[in-house]
Amino acid sequence: MPDGKKTRVEVRDLKKHFGHIEAVRGVSFKVSKGEVLGFLGPNGAGKSTTMRMITGFLPPSSGTALVGGHDIQTDPINAKKQIGYLPENAPGYGSMTVTAFLTFTGSIRGYCGSELTDRVNTAIKQCSLEDVQNQTISTLSKGYRQRSCFAQAILHDPAVLIMDEPTDGLDPNQKHVVREMIERMAAEKAIIISTHILEEVEAVCSRAIIIARGKIVANDTPDALKAMSSTGRLDEVFRTLTLEKEA
Amino acid sequence: MTRAHNTLTIFKREFKSYFESPVAYVFLVVFLILIGFLTFSANRFYERGIADLEPFFFWHPWVYLLLVPAATMGLWAEEHRTGTIELLFTMPITMTEAILGKFLAAWLFMVTATALTIPVIVPTVCILGDPDLTIIASGYIGSFLLAGACVSIGMLTSSFTRNQVISFVLSLLICLLLLLCGFDPVTSWFTGWAPQWIVNGIASLSLLPHYDSMHKGLFDLADVTYYASAIAFMIVATHLILNNRKS
Repeated sequence: MPDGKKTRVEVRDLKKHFGHIEAVRGVSFKVSKGEVLGFLGPNGAGKSTTMRMITGFLPPSSGTALVGGHDIQTDPINAKKQIGYLPENAPGYGSMTVTAFLTFTGSIRGYCGSELTDRVNTAIKQCSLEDVQNQTISTLSKGYRQRSCFAQAILHDPAVLIMDEPTDGLDPNQKHVVREMIERMAAEKAIIISTHILEEVEAVCSRAIIIARGKIVANDTPDALKAMSSTGRLDEVFRTLTLEKEA
Repeated sequence: MTRAHNTLTIFKREFKSYFESPVAYVFLVVFLILIGFLTFSANRFYERGIADLEPFFFWHPWVYLLLVPAATMGLWAEEHRTGTIELLFTMPITMTEAILGKFLAAWLFMVTATALTIPVIVPTVCILGDPDLTIIASGYIGSFLLAGACVSIGMLTSSFTRNQVISFVLSLLICLLLLLCGFDPVTSWFTGWAPQWIVNGIASLSLLPHYDSMHKGLFDLADVTYYASAIAFMIVATHLILNNRKS
């Protein structure tokens, strides 16, 4: 269970290699309730791999992650119950309607009967999916598909929300909607979002981690990070830190 | 309790998904037409003048050979292709529950297809004469078990790849080999030069002899055990492959 400091996610020296390639080379951090952690890095830096290890999809080569006090390796079921996860590209079962899809995920989360219906309806309302709830997922636009998958992630009101590039490929209006949803939930949850859109970090994150070539190169508030550069711009800091690392 | 619930949830989704597109109905119609044609025309069901289902059950393995891979090719390949596998395995369920749910759904789908022949073929043969109904029952049970074994093979090959066509071809190939190594014309070719124990060894691996004895009315627990072990083996292999592909 969460300790006194309300640490919801604790990542301990996670490492992952695929054959000879070291994708993640020792990543450690903590996220508490009320925090929105931005996970930044160039493509291929190891953001998705790290998230996949925290959510229990990929087994780490070494290290582990505790979610709500449960070890994702030794107690995966209880750890996964604490997590709402929006994978990259927002996958969904194309032949199912939005309602059927959410009912399915709710059922796997252990809800049934009227509670399940309530949960599904609430998630549909929270994500403004009323207009498309009876449409099959394959017929939805990218924005709606993203929101259906988002609805699936918040349906069980998880303590921890992990989102892999939640605004990738959305138009400015849709991005705005997603950011609003994140802000609305920020106080009650521990949120990790990966992104390479720097303005997003300034807009929604309370802390940012910059990762390059599988290692954390910075871990601070967006303001403190900005102060690291002479120009006071986040993209400047990002470039300096990640290019240095690659050189 | 929850384990069974999770398996049931996966099972329901998978089984329903067959009927979410017209493909399932086309599949059932093709299955029934094919088996009807082979029984009544190719095997001269009426002309034989014997009131049993020998010419009907004879064709089941060969129809399964063609159609089971089509019914199972999407089980895991589609999850890999669309990325929903990442959703599925970050839910609080175990891999075994997911595999069992999917296997049972595909099996029930094949059993449904085969069972749809009962209202036509059984009354027909009863009108024509006085068949031994226990032999017919044994034949159907044998056919269901054979379908289960083919489905488990199809599920395994579907876990190899994200490409459904590759899965189809592979499972067709494996099923074909497992059928042919017990098919009389093939085994008699072996008896020409190989010692008897080798011929028996190869034939006992085959899906065919166990089914043959069942639809001839020899209901032996050893045959049931054979199919149960074949299915269990394929389920364990699927588990290994899926685990391996994740890391």
